[in-house]
Amino acid sequence: MSTWLRNNQVPALAGLAAVLLCSAIALVFFYAPEDADQGLSQKIFYFHVPIALTAYACFGWGAWKALLVLWKRTSGADLESYVAIHQGVIFGALTLITGSIWAKISWGVWWTWSEKQLVLFLVLFLFYSAYFMLRFSVEAGPQRENLCAVYALFGVVLIPVSFLAIRLSQRFIHPTVFTSRGPQMSTAQFATFCVALAAMIALAGALYRVELLSKRLDARLRELRELLA
Amino acid sequence: MIHARGLGRRFGEKRVLDGVDLDLPRGGFMVVTGPNGSGKTTLLRLVAGLLVPTAGELHVDVARERVGFLGHEPLVYRELTALENLDLYGRLYRVPERRERIGMLLERFGLWGARNERADSFSRGMLQRLALCRTLLHDPDLLVLDEPFSSLDDEGAALLDRELAGLRRRATFLVATHDPERLAPLATARLGFA
Amino acid sequence: MSAYFHDVAVLARKDLRLELRVRNTVPAMLLFVVAALVVFHFALPSDSSELAAKGMLWVAIVFTALLGLTRAFVAEREQRLIDGLLLAPCDRSAIWLAKTVAMLGFLVLAEIVALPAFALFFSGIDGATVAGVALADLGICAVGTVLAAMAVAGRARELLLPLLFLPLAIPIVVGGVGASVAGESGRYLGFLALYDAVFAIISWASFEYVVTE
Repeated sequence: MSTWLRNNQVPALAGLAAVLLCSAIALVFFYAPEDADQGLSQKIFYFHVPIALTAYACFGWGAWKALLVLWKRTSGADLESYVAIHQGVIFGALTLITGSIWAKISWGVWWTWSEKQLVLFLVLFLFYSAYFMLRFSVEAGPQRENLCAVYALFGVVLIPVSFLAIRLSQRFIHPTVFTSRGPQMSTAQFATFCVALAAMIALAGALYRVELLSKRLDARLRELRELLA
Repeated sequence: MIHARGLGRRFGEKRVLDGVDLDLPRGGFMVVTGPNGSGKTTLLRLVAGLLVPTAGELHVDVARERVGFLGHEPLVYRELTALENLDLYGRLYRVPERRERIGMLLERFGLWGARNERADSFSRGMLQRLALCRTLLHDPDLLVLDEPFSSLDDEGAALLDRELAGLRRRATFLVATHDPERLAPLATARLGFA
Repeated sequence: MSAYFHDVAVLARKDLRLELRVRNTVPAMLLFVVAALVVFHFALPSDSSELAAKGMLWVAIVFTALLGLTRAFVAEREQRLIDGLLLAPCDRSAIWLAKTVAMLGFLVLAEIVALPAFALFFSGIDGATVAGVALADLGICAVGTVLAAMAVAGRARELLLPLLFLPLAIPIVVGGVGASVAGESGRYLGFLALYDAVFAIISWASFEYVVTE
């Protein structure tokens, strides 16, 4: 890696994200073939699913950093965990919004309980929103780091358990089943999907680095202010 | 026995302890003085293991069960009797000949008569004496005492003086106090907070 | 090993004895669960199925448990009694286990009243429901105890605990309602057992970090 790239990681990542995002949008609207029965509305799939996967990745990254907080006592891991989860919640909210739009376009309702992914995200959104309530309710210090890390780990365990629960619940809740798109994608569709996924992950990565940078600067400023006081 | 370098502890944004250096050898008796809010309690809680440092290093060369801590709270359950409280701690610390030891301590601190009364009926002075029983129950090697004479009447204070003198050779002491003169004859070191 | 369980027994006995002396958590839970069931009667329209009522049982249990859990560490926090336990040589996780066992006791006592009341007000209770309740109780208490310790470390403790607890209670409700309502309750009971195992392990392992200041 050249020196320039090493010194300018954040702008480089942001640039990459912008390029990928533009490519993805272009591909989605001009390249990917239209779906036979869903038409234009199916295009939102290229955003909804990558956003959802990115949210999972953020929660996973946050949980990994949380593990480092508890296990290795790595300094800075607490902030990284927090920022990752923050990104996860943002992308989670976007998942719910894009999912809702898709449901409206496809089936005429703003919400449906039959989409397991959507319901899972609702539960996770509630869970990780409580993370912030927890974080802002406790004074900064070793205990807050520990509490948030433990909660983040509970979250990552909750993901598969909740998914199982939702699947089980659909046996007795009997929601109106809507026909959903099949998993088989043509090569063109798959390529578009991959670009969109890469774009979302790059976007999340860039936002993560930017927010991390700004929070670290804040902390440094506070430190300096204290030294002067 | 206790070694600290650059020890610091902050709570949120507030830095309560900053750059504290401390060395207390085995058998020493260190008196910590300073005005309210200067960090004495925080230091004692760090040494006892109830807080973790946020800066610097701290080494306390003694196992957890060999430490006796007396804080601002007596750490007794109000709805349990004196006897039940000490029995609880006695079991947790695996005190040998638990019943005899509890009886002896209650006697020494003048609480034998009140042993079957609930702690919520105790006066502050009696609670402090009960707290002292709790602190000394497991015959600790390191005694960390935060203002041990507070709330004690003359009789209680005399009892404590006697106990401290008796234990002087058997334990290491870290004591925070507003009345350092009282402990001057026992002390080997002094640490002042601004 | 036996030292560990000795500590758990000592601590659990302490919690149970305290409740016996003070008697504020269990009676409150008892009253709450019956009151909740009465409210649910009025909340269910006349043509609601029997199954809807079975679902409400689980809502009642979750919220009653929440009531009890809110009190779990209050004294420890207010009088700093947790310090006494942290100073003692016992394993931190033993504190968690003891508190979980005590909470379980309180919850079961509340359910001894709640289940017959439910059978009286709504419809009969079958074996699968009882098994579901038993398994759900384990999960609720295991997870709830850790979350209660977390909540109590913050400022808005009574407000925080429900927010932390409810998302984690969703799988329990699914398992429980499924066991009561669905045909093959075995699947749901198995799921509850899985939830209990998984969350008990991480609760047990993480409690030490939750109480470190």
